[in-house]
Amino acid sequence: MSAPSPTRTPPGDRAGEHAEPAGSGGPHRPRSRPRPRAAAGRPHAAWALPGVLFFTFFAVVPMGLAFYLSFTSWDGLGDPEPVGLDNWRKLLDDDRLVQSLWLTVLLTAASWVFQTVIALLLGVWAAGRQRNRAVLSAIFFVPFLLSSTAIALLFYALLDPNFGIIQENTLGSSGGAFLAIVFVGGWQFIPFHTLLYQGGARQIPEVLYQAAAIDGAGRYRQFFSITLPQLRHTITTSTVLMVVGSLTYFETVLILTKGGPGTDTAILPYLMYEAGFKSYDFGYASAIASFLVLAATGLSLILVRLTGFGGMRSTREGM
Amino acid sequence: MSHDTLPRPRPRPGTTGERPTGPPPAGHRRHWTKRANPLAGLGSILWLVVVLVPIYAMLSASLTSQDKALTGNPLSPPTSPTLDNYNTVLNSGFGHLLGNTAIVALAVVGIVLVLSVPLAYVAVRTRNRWSGLAFRLFLLGVAIPAQAVVVPLYLLIAKLDLYDSLLAVILPTAAFAMPVSVLVLVGTLRDVSEELYEAMALDGASPQRMLFQLAVPMAKGGISTVVIYAALQAWNGFLFPLIFTQSDGPRVLTLGLFNYVSQFGVNIPALLASVVLSGVPIFAVYLVARRALVGGLMGVGGK
Repeated sequence: MSAPSPTRTPPGDRAGEHAEPAGSGGPHRPRSRPRPRAAAGRPHAAWALPGVLFFTFFAVVPMGLAFYLSFTSWDGLGDPEPVGLDNWRKLLDDDRLVQSLWLTVLLTAASWVFQTVIALLLGVWAAGRQRNRAVLSAIFFVPFLLSSTAIALLFYALLDPNFGIIQENTLGSSGGAFLAIVFVGGWQFIPFHTLLYQGGARQIPEVLYQAAAIDGAGRYRQFFSITLPQLRHTITTSTVLMVVGSLTYFETVLILTKGGPGTDTAILPYLMYEAGFKSYDFGYASAIASFLVLAATGLSLILVRLTGFGGMRSTREGM
Repeated sequence: MSHDTLPRPRPRPGTTGERPTGPPPAGHRRHWTKRANPLAGLGSILWLVVVLVPIYAMLSASLTSQDKALTGNPLSPPTSPTLDNYNTVLNSGFGHLLGNTAIVALAVVGIVLVLSVPLAYVAVRTRNRWSGLAFRLFLLGVAIPAQAVVVPLYLLIAKLDLYDSLLAVILPTAAFAMPVSVLVLVGTLRDVSEELYEAMALDGASPQRMLFQLAVPMAKGGISTVVIYAALQAWNGFLFPLIFTQSDGPRVLTLGLFNYVSQFGVNIPALLASVVLSGVPIFAVYLVARRALVGGLMGVGGK
């Protein structure tokens, strides 16, 4: 397969080129079927270039730059000065790093359980087409219409001990602050995940339930034997979005707890924000950011592998 | 989800005529209407309380004067409702914040569409090493948190002389909305059947014509998902405005809300009024175009 050839190449060539990758996996079309002109209308790969360049400039280059900056000392003014591994040594010696990683794991796990259980049940329930379910679903969606900032402010106000519903300093204890972040995250994102599950549940073929009913399976048996297994793709998608999202509870933490009490809710992005934009130690902030990039990339590689997102292209081959 | 949240008369359970009143959606099925599920009903009522209590407390407190708010119970209805808090917020430059946010959202949606649609089209239609690489780049990009690159982006933005401008918010926000957009579009475009492309190719259509006359119209669902997703990213974005802007000029809504915390201090009713006002535009869209909004968001999850 050579470099992208212009679209006017003799059709035969391009058709061959098209058939080639299909051979690598999945059932592919019979080769005997002639498809001479189909390939003629394929766009040049260069069409993708503006988007790739734009994304590279604003997302990929900065990632590289973060690594570079992590080996420098820079206060935001003047030029970064190389300091070797200083920032990384400092980072690995920083007690807050371990605390913050542990916090992220706990936060992700707690949020996942809270959001998945409720969203799944609500989603499957909302997939029914009764009138009351439709009305309630419409109301359940309302929190998602507010921005994370607005929601964090709302709960900041409601949890204020002088004002709020709970006349206690919830955010003053580390357990309370942690639970508040999990709850606020759930309050905001459960509507969205409910929607995903509702969509997923509606696509389960009815015959499965009919067959199960004939076999005498009750409602709960059907839920565990049909609904849950059939929803596995939705569960993966929703999980990916939740895990990636839990790295970004930044607004919630900044507004609700400022990382406190002490540093008990200081997730990595918050530590980075403080190091960079509060202490003007951009070198150290970049080391934290690089660590975050490594963690996120590792996570996404694992997720891509687990979920088969990468296989997206190939599903078409079988059609 | 289009069909579902809209209440419409259902056939009684047990009747033989199962025909839906609207166009039959893929999942319009018998078992959903079989019988009531009391446990699930109870659970949904509980969740309703969890959703509504904070919203009610917010609305009620935003209508209460500041001195009363501190003494009364936030769950009891306001005794003498007042719109003072809303006036306070509206007189603190709220319209300006709203305008900036609308500009950012429009620009982000525009950039994302113009760049992502051809990209996804190439990823689906042109199979070679380069389009494969491009697709993989965005696949990995899905998990890059914006937080991870905010320091170097700050450097780039400063070097480009964009600091403290709306473009400083628009450009990175658009870039970070692209990975999910590309994935959603690829997911939709790959369902356009090969035969249709072949038919157009037989007519001698150029790739451009196929894109605009076949791919784009067929991928309407995916495109509306992308529009909604990108607009929400822009609307809700907080980190980029926080780091890349400073003055009142380019301040957007989320950052404005954040600043109200220090501006209003202990005036929590005014703060809550600003939260309510910030939700009004999206809520209006939700009332008018709930099906499109909800259906589009469902598309983020693929199928």
